[in-house]
Amino acid sequence: MSFLAKYIGQKVKRTEDPRLVQGIGHYVDDIELAGTLSVVILRSPYAHAKINSINVDAAKKAPGVVAVYTGKDIEGKVGLIPCAAAAPDMKKPDYPALALGKVAYVGQPVAAVVASDKYKARDAVDLIEVDYEPLEAVTDIEAAARPDSPVIHEELGTNVGWLYQAGSGDIDAAFAQADKVVSLKLVHQRLIPTAMEPRGVLAQYFPGEKQLNVWSSTQIPHLLRTTLAAMLGVPENRLRVIAPEVGGGFGSKLNVYAEEALLGWIAMQLGRPVKWIETRRENMMATIHGRGQTGTVEVAVKNDGTLLGLRYNVIYDLGAYLQLLTPAIPTLTGLMLSGCYKIPAIQLNCTQVYTNKMATDAYRGAGRPEATYLVERVMNRVADELGMDPVELRRKNFPKPEEFPFATAAGLVYDTGDYAKALNKALEIADYKKLRDEQAKARAEGRLVGVGVSTYVEICAVGPSVMLPSGGWDSATVRVEPSGKVTVLTGVSPHGQGEETAFAQIVGDMLGVDMNDVLVVHGDTDRVQYGIGTFGSRGLAIGGTAVAVATDKIVGKAKRLAAHMLQTDENSLTFENGKFVGAPDDKSMTIQEVAFHAYQAHNIPPDFEPGLVASYFFEPKNCTFPFGAHICVAEVDKETGEVKILRYVAVDDCGKQINPLLVAGQVHGGIAQGMAQALFEEAVYDENGQLLTGELMDYAFPKAHQLPRYELDHTETPTDVNPLGAKGVGEAGTIGSTPAVANAVIDALAPLGVKHVDLPLRPEKLWRLMNN
Amino acid sequence: MIPTNFDYFAPTTIEEALKLLDKHGDDCKVLSGGHSLIPVLKLRLAAPAVVVDIGRIKELRTIKVDGDTIRIGANTTHAEITSNADLKKHCPLLCETAAQIGDQQVRNRGTIGGSLTHADPAADWPAAILALDAEIVARSGKGERVIKASDFFVDVMTSAVEPNEIVTEIRVPKPAQPNAAVYLKVPQSASGFAIVGVAAQLKIANGKCEDVSIGVTGLAPKAFRAASVEAALRGKAIDDATVSAAAAKADAEAADAMEDIHASGDYRRHLARVYARRAVQAAAARA
Ligand SMILES: Cc1cc2nc3c(=O)[nH]c(=O)nc-3n(C[C@H](O)[C@H](O)[C@H](O)COP(=O)(O)OP(=O)(O)OC[C@H]3O[C@@H](n4cnc5c(N)ncnc54)[C@H](O)[C@@H]3O)c2cc1C
Repeated sequence: MSFLAKYIGQKVKRTEDPRLVQGIGHYVDDIELAGTLSVVILRSPYAHAKINSINVDAAKKAPGVVAVYTGKDIEGKVGLIPCAAAAPDMKKPDYPALALGKVAYVGQPVAAVVASDKYKARDAVDLIEVDYEPLEAVTDIEAAARPDSPVIHEELGTNVGWLYQAGSGDIDAAFAQADKVVSLKLVHQRLIPTAMEPRGVLAQYFPGEKQLNVWSSTQIPHLLRTTLAAMLGVPENRLRVIAPEVGGGFGSKLNVYAEEALLGWIAMQLGRPVKWIETRRENMMATIHGRGQTGTVEVAVKNDGTLLGLRYNVIYDLGAYLQLLTPAIPTLTGLMLSGCYKIPAIQLNCTQVYTNKMATDAYRGAGRPEATYLVERVMNRVADELGMDPVELRRKNFPKPEEFPFATAAGLVYDTGDYAKALNKALEIADYKKLRDEQAKARAEGRLVGVGVSTYVEICAVGPSVMLPSGGWDSATVRVEPSGKVTVLTGVSPHGQGEETAFAQIVGDMLGVDMNDVLVVHGDTDRVQYGIGTFGSRGLAIGGTAVAVATDKIVGKAKRLAAHMLQTDENSLTFENGKFVGAPDDKSMTIQEVAFHAYQAHNIPPDFEPGLVASYFFEPKNCTFPFGAHICVAEVDKETGEVKILRYVAVDDCGKQINPLLVAGQVHGGIAQGMAQALFEEAVYDENGQLLTGELMDYAFPKAHQLPRYELDHTETPTDVNPLGAKGVGEAGTIGSTPAVANAVIDALAPLGVKHVDLPLRPEKLWRLMNN
Repeated sequence: MIPTNFDYFAPTTIEEALKLLDKHGDDCKVLSGGHSLIPVLKLRLAAPAVVVDIGRIKELRTIKVDGDTIRIGANTTHAEITSNADLKKHCPLLCETAAQIGDQQVRNRGTIGGSLTHADPAADWPAAILALDAEIVARSGKGERVIKASDFFVDVMTSAVEPNEIVTEIRVPKPAQPNAAVYLKVPQSASGFAIVGVAAQLKIANGKCEDVSIGVTGLAPKAFRAASVEAALRGKAIDDATVSAAAAKADAEAADAMEDIHASGDYRRHLARVYARRAVQAAAARA
């Protein structure tokens, strides 16, 4: 496989952006079909209640209303909302698309009103009378796990859904041999993903053709197609799912939701297109949340800083029901408990509990930010207890570059890495020694300045397939059209990552064509062969590899035809800058000329298949493990507890960078979200299970002006898992930044004897600590 | 987040608008920048039958310096105030306050009249308007009345404006020492509104405080003048000890403190005291 370097490695601007910044892209709500009806969902105002009765008579008679459906109307007709990640021994409640007999979280869909427009549908929602019998809400995850807690799902007999243990190595021996055991209890607060575009569904049914089309703001069009087909009893080959422009997902659209199935079913009932567009409030209460762990980490360590063992006992907040991957998230935490360190024995003990809240699931990082946060926090605690510099402690426990592939006691084999190199670079950029001197000076003046270092490694582009319920491969078809234009059909489903640009760069360089001649098509199950989708930082490393291999097959096939037409031996030809050269008499053929002849097929070798199309389904043999080091300098206002980030340095290593501009974009956004988790964001429910941060006026999503400048750099340690050498970078920023910020702020407070503060590091919390 | 049905009018004169208000009475809402009203409609916290958009009334969108008085039309946006050269010269406190409201999009749409009328206890304008001893002009079919800033804010989300009235103008007396002023706020991290905001306008001669007025927003159900702080400063030398002692009374006028998930009442009181001190010191330093 060979590449030019015309596009690859260059800071190519996103080809997606002109249409997006002009507002002329098409999101679900921009797609208008004649005769479309609007759907508005009635949602539970209670966190926990029995439904005694529902009266929809008045709503049905309201102006413009076409239909009203409740749980009873769809029972047995619309399948249950699926979870693909529940172990066989997990206790799992039924999760109907509209509540049946009870509700278990605020925002749970109870009824659907279909009307001529959304205003009429919304008016009619107010006319539905539901007789709720409120029950005690279970909101605290530690209390939920106790035997005296009210039980949310009576049929399960307990709120504990699953007890799970993972890890390897002799953990008891590790703790027995330890000079010191350091333990730390920490909370990974619930977060609300808050994609810029909320969810939305449009469904259209053609009864003659028996064809159902569903447009959805999703990250996984093909998986959604397979799942919806099963839920609705529609043959999969008559169901078309289209993910048009998707305005961000962050994992929240890596799911199958009630509305997707409901809209499909309603379109089939009514024979008219139906549309539902989620409002921001609905998005905050009824689209999955992230994080939600409370755990205690214990580390066994020798006096010289050698790590012997790590144990993490954690309670995980499932929420009220299981969404697609809910129970899998803490298993990812478990897999990353070794961080970037050699830890011979690791154990995860995870208790998963139901609470009267929205389900948690994958949110940018999905279980890995939790792992990195707890490991990097406890490393600082260990350094403290041993009187070591936190940087030295980290260095001491890194595996060396030559120790890769590196097997961890958590059960993974890290592909490649040079953790010291990234850390050293970050320290150099930050001028760590000087920072510490300045900190000492500031402290002497009575200022609270802290330096936080975090090194991270994360798991992404997960494969081989056995590691994911869906399979871990992805697909590409590359078509050189008769005119020489190139169409790429990718099985991944980008929604902001910029893969239309990155894949065109790869194909442009491999075929020697103008990248603007390469069209990357995605997100339509009728146009694109089956694929898995975009999540877990897999788009480039897996989807991009499929594109590269398919393109390589194109080059091979084109070469055969070129040799035939140039009447020479294939081996004497070379492919340079889009041209097959090396034939006698300096004759040559461009890839475009070859394409034309491949389709015209007037002059092809006897066994040559006409056309110039190739597909490839790439099955990765391992995950990739990007890593890096983040350094944050923060100052806490002694009087008010307000935090100011003074500097932020990030050195990330995602292997080979196809487009450094896209990488920087991912890192910027990632750091913003990770920093926001450290400083601002928290989904707050009250003791009745009401979501108090139910809108953007209260949920502290980060704004540009609240964030510092980032000083970014990188090291480049290619992976050997794929021929591009590329690891994922979609989540790295989120994973590395939360602990760096937390470590900085807590370091700032260290002179006051503060050892740990749970996130978010809100000013009042810090003020209270300082005044204790 | 889908509002109820309403009739929409967009008059181009104040007279026309007032007629509509008289006709529709309590069932009617005035729409200015819409950055407070539209969220209220979308959440169905209000369901007026009629909305009168006053955004096309040109005379409501002016900034004039008229002798000793600055006149700002009610429909002037926060962004226009931020960048107005006359205001920068004669009353920079207005520009500094406007610049700290929300974000650029909010400042491009939101108006000073809308913000004052809405009387959000965490809004920024009330602090500055109180510190500047401004007056608010409201007009109804029956005529015009002039309301002192100190009488304007009644309670949470309640101002002195009657349903049949339109705020037309904000009148600000030119401060004697325009630069001896500051607006400092602790923004709520989600909305950007003030957890506490303190506006101070000083007049200093020979290191002595000849006059001072301080507006505090965010702390109490309505913004207020920190009269106790002012009294403790007036006529005194502006030194650290005096300012600190005075600022410690910043919450004296606040019988009740606001409390929510973002900040407790105690913390708000504390912030008011700290920021009153910082505001007076900063304003004095600029004098
Ligand atoms: C995301 C966001 C962040 C914000 N952050 C801040 C912030 O940090 N600080 C801050 O102070 N504010 C903030 N705001 C509020 C913003 O400043 C609003 O624009 C302002 O509060 C209302 O002004 P408006 O012109 O939009 O009024 P509208 O929303 O149009 O009206 C508000 C109310 O006043 C009435 N009204 C409006 N004009 C008149 C008039 N001339 N006469 C009589 N009644 C009238 C309306 O009937 C309505 O009841 C924020 C708003 C948003 C959406």
